[in-house]
Amino acid sequence: MTEIVLAIGIGTFAASGMWLLLRPRTFQVIIGLSLLSYAVNLFIVAMGRLHTDMPPVLEKAGPGDPALYADPLPQALVLTAIVISFATTALLLVVLLAARGLTGTDHVDGRETPP
Amino acid sequence: MSYAFSLVVLLALPFAGSCVAALLRENARNAEAWLAGAVALAGLILVASCYPQIVDGGVIRYTAEWAPELGLRFSIRMDGFAWLMATLVTGIGFLVVLYARYYLSPADPVPRFFSFLLAFMGAMLGVVLSGNLIQLVFFWELTSLFSFLLIGYWYQTAPARDGARMALTITATGGLCLFAGVLIIGHIVGSYELDRVLASGALIRAHPLYVPALALVLLGALTKSAQFPFHFWLPSAMAAPTPVSAYLHSATMVKAGVFLLIRLWPALGGTQEWLWLVGGAGLVTFIFGAFCACFQQDLKGLLAYSTISHLGLITLLTGLDSPLGQVAAIFHLMNHATFKASLFMAAGIIDHEAGTRDIRRLSGLWRFMPVTATLAMVAAAAMAGVPLLNGFLSKEMFFAETIEIHDNSLIDQALPYIVTLASMFTVAYSIRFIRDVFFGPPPQDLPRTPHEPPFLMRLPAGLLVLACLVVGVAPTMTVGPALNAAVRAALDAPPPPYSLAVWHGFTFEFFMSFVALAGGAAIYVLLRPYLLRGLDGPPLLRELSGRRMFDRVLVAISWRLARWLEGVFGTRRLQPQLQWLTIVAVTAAVSALFAVGLSVGNGSSSGPDLPFALLWVVGLACAVGAASQAKYHRVTALILLGGAGLVTCVTFVWLSAPDLALTQLVVETVTTVLLLLGVRWLPKRFEPAELNGEAGRVIRWYRVRDLLISLAVGGGLAALAYAAMTRPAPDSISRFFVENAYLKGGGTNIVNVILVDFRGFDTLGEITVLGVVALTVFALLRRFRPAPDSIPVPEQQRTQNLFDESLPEREKGAIVRDAMAVPALIMRLLFPVVGTMAVFLLLRGHDLPGGGFVAGITMAVAFLLQYMALGTAQAEERLRVLPVRWIGVGLLLAAGTGAASWLFGRPFLTSYFGYADLPLIGKVPTASAFVFDLGVFSLVVGATVLMLIALAHQSVRSHRIAAEQEAETPATAAGDAR
Repeated sequence: MTEIVLAIGIGTFAASGMWLLLRPRTFQVIIGLSLLSYAVNLFIVAMGRLHTDMPPVLEKAGPGDPALYADPLPQALVLTAIVISFATTALLLVVLLAARGLTGTDHVDGRETPP
Repeated sequence: MSYAFSLVVLLALPFAGSCVAALLRENARNAEAWLAGAVALAGLILVASCYPQIVDGGVIRYTAEWAPELGLRFSIRMDGFAWLMATLVTGIGFLVVLYARYYLSPADPVPRFFSFLLAFMGAMLGVVLSGNLIQLVFFWELTSLFSFLLIGYWYQTAPARDGARMALTITATGGLCLFAGVLIIGHIVGSYELDRVLASGALIRAHPLYVPALALVLLGALTKSAQFPFHFWLPSAMAAPTPVSAYLHSATMVKAGVFLLIRLWPALGGTQEWLWLVGGAGLVTFIFGAFCACFQQDLKGLLAYSTISHLGLITLLTGLDSPLGQVAAIFHLMNHATFKASLFMAAGIIDHEAGTRDIRRLSGLWRFMPVTATLAMVAAAAMAGVPLLNGFLSKEMFFAETIEIHDNSLIDQALPYIVTLASMFTVAYSIRFIRDVFFGPPPQDLPRTPHEPPFLMRLPAGLLVLACLVVGVAPTMTVGPALNAAVRAALDAPPPPYSLAVWHGFTFEFFMSFVALAGGAAIYVLLRPYLLRGLDGPPLLRELSGRRMFDRVLVAISWRLARWLEGVFGTRRLQPQLQWLTIVAVTAAVSALFAVGLSVGNGSSSGPDLPFALLWVVGLACAVGAASQAKYHRVTALILLGGAGLVTCVTFVWLSAPDLALTQLVVETVTTVLLLLGVRWLPKRFEPAELNGEAGRVIRWYRVRDLLISLAVGGGLAALAYAAMTRPAPDSISRFFVENAYLKGGGTNIVNVILVDFRGFDTLGEITVLGVVALTVFALLRRFRPAPDSIPVPEQQRTQNLFDESLPEREKGAIVRDAMAVPALIMRLLFPVVGTMAVFLLLRGHDLPGGGFVAGITMAVAFLLQYMALGTAQAEERLRVLPVRWIGVGLLLAAGTGAASWLFGRPFLTSYFGYADLPLIGKVPTASAFVFDLGVFSLVVGATVLMLIALAHQSVRSHRIAAEQEAETPATAAGDAR
């Protein structure tokens, strides 16, 4: 059951994010990107399959048994993805603020009524 | 010094000289000339010293591995033919340097000139000395590039820019074709080594890809040698300084094309295709160039067309497809280089001393510069093929070769008559060059009074003319052996019997020479009335300008076609771009599934889990809520986004990913603060009344369409995720990480070990990106003037301000400060607590959840709290954070840890770990990866704080601007919403 809940969750996050990404206002786009990155991060973690109570932290010093731990690889990927998506969100925010200052509008094209 | 080594020096020397020349001072004319001259002379001496090795058919080779996995070797190879070309390149190069010293004016930036000239010399040597075809193409393109730079030397003038661009477009395109041709040849032969290719002629000619390969190679060679119909770049290239024309466009670069033809003749020649393509192009160019040259009014234009014509002659000789033809081609190649270079130099002297090179204005210069005139006349006579000069000898060989029967077609039979006619034009323009410039009445109103140039400026031309004369009088004693060696090398076989004698008796070819000379004089006399009318360009063909056609084609391709394509397929609007991107991506995914099918596995691992389902009900509500509120209620959307983030975070905990949950939590905090800081500059939006009519329908349609796209994306992702999750996991490289995290990385937190040890290089790249982003944000905001605050001062704050101002002992903002006093104190006291937490997370990272990323952001939160508690100004009074230094130190630490492993002879980022026994504390892990993680920590702190502070400072700045405006207009500013 967990699988289907998580799948629906990922789908909804992605759909909400995609919807916002297609909106005309910069703030909507920024929120949309954040939602989409949640969806993608969860998707990547889900590719390591779902494990509960099996954190990838070795219990004793020595070689680990892969059957006893959650897949560490997607987690390592997602950890950096979280930090990088934070950085890109910040960059996007500043760019859109600059665009707003320069063009006087918060439309993604920098002008209100597209030709 | 071994011969192979001297080849390496020979090739490296000009490039090294070029680098040095580029670094000298702007006005160091003499130093530059000395340097360039010394390099060229040293090259010439090196070439000369190789002579004993090659004269008897020897080959000097030097090879080094270049890309062994591709079967490529860097190989320098000098045989007799390459030796001859190298002598021309270095020898004429030396003379041109000497000439250029006096030609260039003190105002010209000399370092650029000599630097490019030397680099070109190196590239040209690379072409002639390459023992590998790929390498040859590389140097070939380099010559195109430096030719571009040299033609455009006086880039302030439009003709120089246009000529340079045209030359580059044509020759570099040809170079690309040549590259393709070479690749085909390499494919056929199985090697790019010149020796192998030359020995595989029969194999290549029999291969079905022979014709494409030949056509592509010819496109390269014919464009380079300015053969019809690609000839038009050469006259345009005359905008170059004259030394460049003398060097590149007579003696060396344009010779690269015919050099390649002769070089590859043993491999590609000997077929009907070769005869017709090469011979045909050469014949047309020979006649066309000679005819056009007669009608040029610019001295350099005349010489340019004459060069085209002579290159056509050499191409025709190569195309005649016989060993004797190659002999004559090589001989004429060197003769042409000598007399044409000296003629260009003479034209440059005339231009320099008389101020113009327009034949219509020049006249009677013999009186003013008798020595230069004599030199030019001898060289022009050699060009015309007057006996006792070198041009006569090679031309007679040429005539003899045309008489021979080749394929006995109609053109073959008519060939002697055609070439005699073309030679008449050659003679005619040579006479014109002499007669119109040096004889006749004294010139009227020249820009300058002409006089003899300095002796050293005349010397190079003089030496070249002397060579014409000496070779013409005593060919066997002077160039005989070298020519013999060159021929033997070029034919890859013993040379055919040929005679270099000056006098062969009254043969048919002598008769042809005589007819050409007499006929040429007659043509000149007949054409003179027409030429005196002063029209530029040949009759009939004047309107048919290759240059104009080239421009039209270029405009059509690069402007009209591009505009049309952009108009049809392009948009500058973001939304359609994203829509199409998404649609294409979804379609690609669906079509991939269409072939394979998407089935759900049956490996569901768990039963119903109510808390998890409830958690996600909240999550879905947050996500959908954020999506619907983001336009008109930004703060609400932000809070809902935070809710979605927290649900993600709890899910990470659920799914056994404690590191992710930690990181997500702190990142969520910082992102929310960041977005909150930004919201104030966005314009206020009010929900409009529902739109009706046409506009409303359009907007509703947009929404339905976007909703469909979003649902497709979300549904697809959900289906994929579900299908993947219900299958057993494949065995991936994760196994390695789990098994070796402790054994090889010395840590029990596998995720952290992957980040700082196994995949440390990725992490290094990642934190570099983070640092770059932070600096970009900082740089963007430094010069940034934000939009005016879109929200007026709130009612509450205005009332408070009024109250504060009404009482004399209070200052503005005191109420807020008082009300925030307790939270501010708490936040200040929290600083050491949060800081300790950050250090704790950092220290345990290698063995337990934590690590540099999360610790860094936690530390940034500690700083952030201080800013919130005290305000930007006060916080910075007490606490100087230097985020850029944190970033720098972090990068240095991380990269330094990686580099430290070099000291132990290990690859970059090899990690070391061990356990140190400390008193009281006990066993402490000491891994070099910890230092790396410390770098990550420092960089993340710096980057996060830098971005937040940069944004926070904007608020301060906009307050300051507002305050300044308020001070200027106190009456209107109160509560001004703007």
